[in-house]
Amino acid sequence: MANEKSTNVAGARPEGATATRARRTLSTPARYVINTILVVAFLVIGDLMVSGGAISRYQGFVLQQVGIYIIMAVSLNIATGYLGQLPLGHAGFMSIGGYSCAIFIIRVSEAIGVTSQDFINGTPVCGLLFVVGVVFGGLCAALSGLVIGIPALRLKGDYLAIITLGFAEIIRVVMLNIDTVVGFELTGGAKGLIGIPPYTSFLNVFAVVAISLFLIHTMMKSRHGRAILAIRDNEIAAEATGVNTTYYKTFAFVVSAFFAGVAGALYAGCIGVMAPARFGFMKSIEILVMVVLGGMGSMLGSVVSATVLTILPEALRAFADYRMIAYAVVLILTMIFRPQGLMGRYDFSLGNVIEHLMNGELPWARKKADKEADANA
Amino acid sequence: MAHTISRRDFLRLSGASCAAALAPSILAGCARPKVDENVIKVGVMGPYSGEVAQYGLAVRSGVELFVKQLNAAGGINGKRIELDIQDEKGDATEAVNVYYKMMEDGVVAIIGDVTSTPSIAVAQASLRDNMPLVSGSATAPDLIKYGHNTFRTCITDPFQGRVMADFAAKQGYKVVGTIYNSGGDYEVGVNDAFVRRAQEKGIQISRQEGYAAGDVDFKAQLTSIIATKPDAILSPNYYQDDGKIVTQARELGFKGAFLGADGWANIVGGEQEYASAADLEGCFYDSSFVSANDAANVQDFIRAFNDEFHEQPTNFCALGYDAAMIMFDAIRRVEEGGARPSETEAYRAGIIDAIATGHVEGVTGAISFEGTGDPVKSTLIITFENGVEKIFDTISS
Repeated sequence: MANEKSTNVAGARPEGATATRARRTLSTPARYVINTILVVAFLVIGDLMVSGGAISRYQGFVLQQVGIYIIMAVSLNIATGYLGQLPLGHAGFMSIGGYSCAIFIIRVSEAIGVTSQDFINGTPVCGLLFVVGVVFGGLCAALSGLVIGIPALRLKGDYLAIITLGFAEIIRVVMLNIDTVVGFELTGGAKGLIGIPPYTSFLNVFAVVAISLFLIHTMMKSRHGRAILAIRDNEIAAEATGVNTTYYKTFAFVVSAFFAGVAGALYAGCIGVMAPARFGFMKSIEILVMVVLGGMGSMLGSVVSATVLTILPEALRAFADYRMIAYAVVLILTMIFRPQGLMGRYDFSLGNVIEHLMNGELPWARKKADKEADANA
Repeated sequence: MAHTISRRDFLRLSGASCAAALAPSILAGCARPKVDENVIKVGVMGPYSGEVAQYGLAVRSGVELFVKQLNAAGGINGKRIELDIQDEKGDATEAVNVYYKMMEDGVVAIIGDVTSTPSIAVAQASLRDNMPLVSGSATAPDLIKYGHNTFRTCITDPFQGRVMADFAAKQGYKVVGTIYNSGGDYEVGVNDAFVRRAQEKGIQISRQEGYAAGDVDFKAQLTSIIATKPDAILSPNYYQDDGKIVTQARELGFKGAFLGADGWANIVGGEQEYASAADLEGCFYDSSFVSANDAANVQDFIRAFNDEFHEQPTNFCALGYDAAMIMFDAIRRVEEGGARPSETEAYRAGIIDAIATGHVEGVTGAISFEGTGDPVKSTLIITFENGVEKIFDTISS
């Protein structure tokens, strides 16, 4: 869903069909209505397929992880693709979100007497707990993003990468040791936080995915998003035109951390255990690979590559020992032939596609017209 | 120019060929498994690659040996045993993925997982399905608290800590220091239980020193422990670290005893020497399996293992062998009771009940369950004599 050349396509064509009459357009509310209907339809059909057994529990479980990694990749994309920085500590925010949401839900459900069976049945109280827990997880991650972002964003490039890497390690070590140092039961230390109620399902994970994508999309279309893009393209020029670069850099970083926290909160409920060792350096790199592979600055790219890279190892499970090799080969081939990532900076806009269709601008029609133009020349 | 392949075309071609190669496998993955009445399908999961692969591979070889022997002896009720072996890389997410995959493949029971955190994740996920789970080596106490479907054949971390504390009291140690990997759940679990029990028994814990995974120099911690003049030092870590700790402590002039847990198994007898025979003199650890045990079934197992894999079985191999023994003993009784694998729910419930009432003479001791998923079994205290392991004492359950 994004800005695109909508008029220049028509302009490139020879005089004829469309140029003579006014180009038909879709109004913004109409676009939102179409997208909302499609998203709701996707969620309803998906949920029916899960409950009806058309999607097995194994596939449903992998799909939940796909949703979680979509949020992770898209949120990191804010900091790398849109803001143009290279933070390497995204897994740290994920773990903060996961731990805080899981601890919150465990403690509250103990206090009000909700059992994990209630979460499986999906009582209204659990729905409320889920929403509050996920937002709480996101806010905790955003808060740590703020604490880390203010000093870290004074640095650029490699230095920023290293300082965020360092902070993520600090978060991991704090999760590991906070229990013994402070002297009470919080994160479970090395043995991990266990017994997290299964509060995620296909429906609520993908509802959160849809809401997150919508929020990030609208943010990037707003004044704030434009300021972030301006900083990426040229920080000095942006500052000269009056963009408060420090504010917007921190803002983008905090938003990125918030959604990583949301994804972490979903992850905790999905897997049921949180162990600090899972949120090391490699997890951050894994997510960065998703963003780079999809194309930095493309939301569609992040979504596609997060989906592919989560499903690929599972789809290749039959090949057991060779699956990690295949995974690596896919990465290498993509980087050789598409160094800008699968999608580059291209973003998909259903509204624009419909507009093209309404105006009879089809890809093959354009090719034909080009050929005719070539023949005439 | 017409015959050169452009980069774009190459990319398209390679993409198309990849898709063509993948499509059949994905379709195969989607196909429903056929239920064969003459095969009993049991899942085996563990880490076969990654950081903890050595334990997963050891447990797997024990299970494979047992199943090979069982199939050679005619299987169960005339049915052949088929193992569905899946790698989970020591990761909780992968482990739950594997669990759901096995559910889909229609296994009747699962032997696994190997390490604690993934095992707990699987135990939590399996709660809704009543899937029989027997872990050979997941020692975290919480494993069995989620449902009555989860069992283990090994003793827990706290149990080991208490055994060693009782042993220390019996040996008459007055002052004990501890050094442990503070980032490992196993090491922390044993250490905490040891400290609690030892203090109850009136032993003074002079110092507890933690170190981080991957450390190779322990002299700073050891110096401060030795300064408190302890009678013994508890080092409940894995053998690679224990070897270095023992060697460095002896270099610093420590003459007292070392106490360890079953992570010490493999410290001698392997390809590498982790500590010299002289340094290991006066060290004790607890384990349920040692090749120096001259019980007939243990020696038979060691011989069979040697014939099959041409190496000495470790503690983990023996635990995997016993996990398989518990599992297939239960399946045999369910089969004899006339249950049919096609009625999966009832069959699985039957296996769980059969495991709970089972009793086998395993190579790691006699194992039975008394109302919980924790085994009631004996433990051996092992010491070293001229660099060879020797049973010092047997502690009955």
